[in-house]
Amino acid sequence: MDVIALSVWDLGIAASLVCILSLLSLLLSLGLEWKILLFSCRMTAQLLFIGMVLRFLFGSGSLPLVLLLATVMLLAAGREVLARQNLRLKGFTGYAIGTGAMFVSSFSISLLALLVIIGVDPWYTPQYAIPLLGMLLGNTMTGISLALDRLTDQFQKERGIVEQRLLLGQTWQEASSDIRKNCMRTGMIPVINSMAAAGLVSLPGMMTGQILGGTPPVEAVKYQILIIFLIAAGTGFGVISAIWMSGYYLFDKRHRLCLERLSGTGIREK
Amino acid sequence: MEQPSLSISPLQNNCSRLRVEELRFLSNGPYTFTLEEGECVGLSGKSGIGKTQLLRAVTDIIPHSGQLFLDGTPAATFSAPLWRCRVTMVPAESFWWYDTVGDHFAAGFESQSIKKTISAVGFEEDVFKWRISRLSTGEKQRLALVRSLCNTPSVLLLDEPCSSLDAYHTTLIENFIQHYVQQKNASVLWVSHDSQQLKRVAVRELCLEKGGLVERREKHF
Repeated sequence: MDVIALSVWDLGIAASLVCILSLLSLLLSLGLEWKILLFSCRMTAQLLFIGMVLRFLFGSGSLPLVLLLATVMLLAAGREVLARQNLRLKGFTGYAIGTGAMFVSSFSISLLALLVIIGVDPWYTPQYAIPLLGMLLGNTMTGISLALDRLTDQFQKERGIVEQRLLLGQTWQEASSDIRKNCMRTGMIPVINSMAAAGLVSLPGMMTGQILGGTPPVEAVKYQILIIFLIAAGTGFGVISAIWMSGYYLFDKRHRLCLERLSGTGIREK
Repeated sequence: MEQPSLSISPLQNNCSRLRVEELRFLSNGPYTFTLEEGECVGLSGKSGIGKTQLLRAVTDIIPHSGQLFLDGTPAATFSAPLWRCRVTMVPAESFWWYDTVGDHFAAGFESQSIKKTISAVGFEEDVFKWRISRLSTGEKQRLALVRSLCNTPSVLLLDEPCSSLDAYHTTLIENFIQHYVQQKNASVLWVSHDSQQLKRVAVRELCLEKGGLVERREKHF
């Protein structure tokens, strides 16, 4: 079964809807018209580019190229995590914490899925490896950036409480336990909620795509279930390790809260 | 938790309760001073000169250089939480994070001794069931002091402990602290803007300046 190929005109019709939206934004003075147009163009260019990259990659199927793309994806996700925080963990360590947490969760889980669960041969077959990693990275990125944004925000706001608890002789682990638990929950709740809605409210994108591509629905559903399990576990592990690592970063050996290791004015840059 | 011992072992002879040597933090210092056993010392100085920061450096919650000794033992040999249990700072503004007062006290706040303590600072026993949102600033201040004493510290660093209290409760707290000092042979560093209060409670007074401490000794106590 073949997919019906989309022509330029087909995409053009969909794009004209966005142009109408942009016009509406102008009329309602929402101030979004240029953003809508610019980001639409940017999205189109990015996706066309990745489409060509993937076509080339699928054709060559070489391990170094797959690893290279995977690394680029990981580094971009790490940058995105940082960009989504109002108050950032300073310096290279701040970048490394988010990126490291995603590396640990997304990469290891993708490997497990490729080697053990799906068992594709060779394990780095790009048709499987890249989309799988992409979905895991995208979701862990959302979870980790939510959790870290809340963590830095809470330490800033509840500094008095944390220091009071330290003054009473609590260890940094005790003094920050409530905040850290809270942030782990914040990071994990979206993915847990999405499990509740899957199939009832939303038809997950990957499954929809496979069905459009001609895969029998039940096969597509099985893949989707696998992916959701992997995403839930990956996000959870990623969030827990990111929070755990930033705890070590924000307190020093003498159990002092080091807020100077946070930078940012509280104003979102983007 | 180790209890402060009243007997002086031969090793600890000639050792001050707390010795601070060449303490520097931020751009302040160096400060060198000692607190003897059972001694209450006042600390005064202009607003913004760094009195609170000095207490924070002594309790080791901000980075500093210099040496601190408790009964002759260097601070570095204590874990930071243990040091803060022995050399406890009570900040001017107290913070509370659970719903009720009792939640903030370690298990065992039902014991007789703490009931006696709580009445000494002017509360009934049912205060442990009170909600934090119901407390006034002054009530919080008195309760925070009791909370800090739960670890039976040997050195108390008090930052304006009566700043939110009326005259009646100020006297109550002054007496309460003096009683604790006598009972546990503890030492106190007492920050206050009220020179009359420091004359009442302290044997001597240290005046904090950017580069050092000036000592004023009071005749009476």
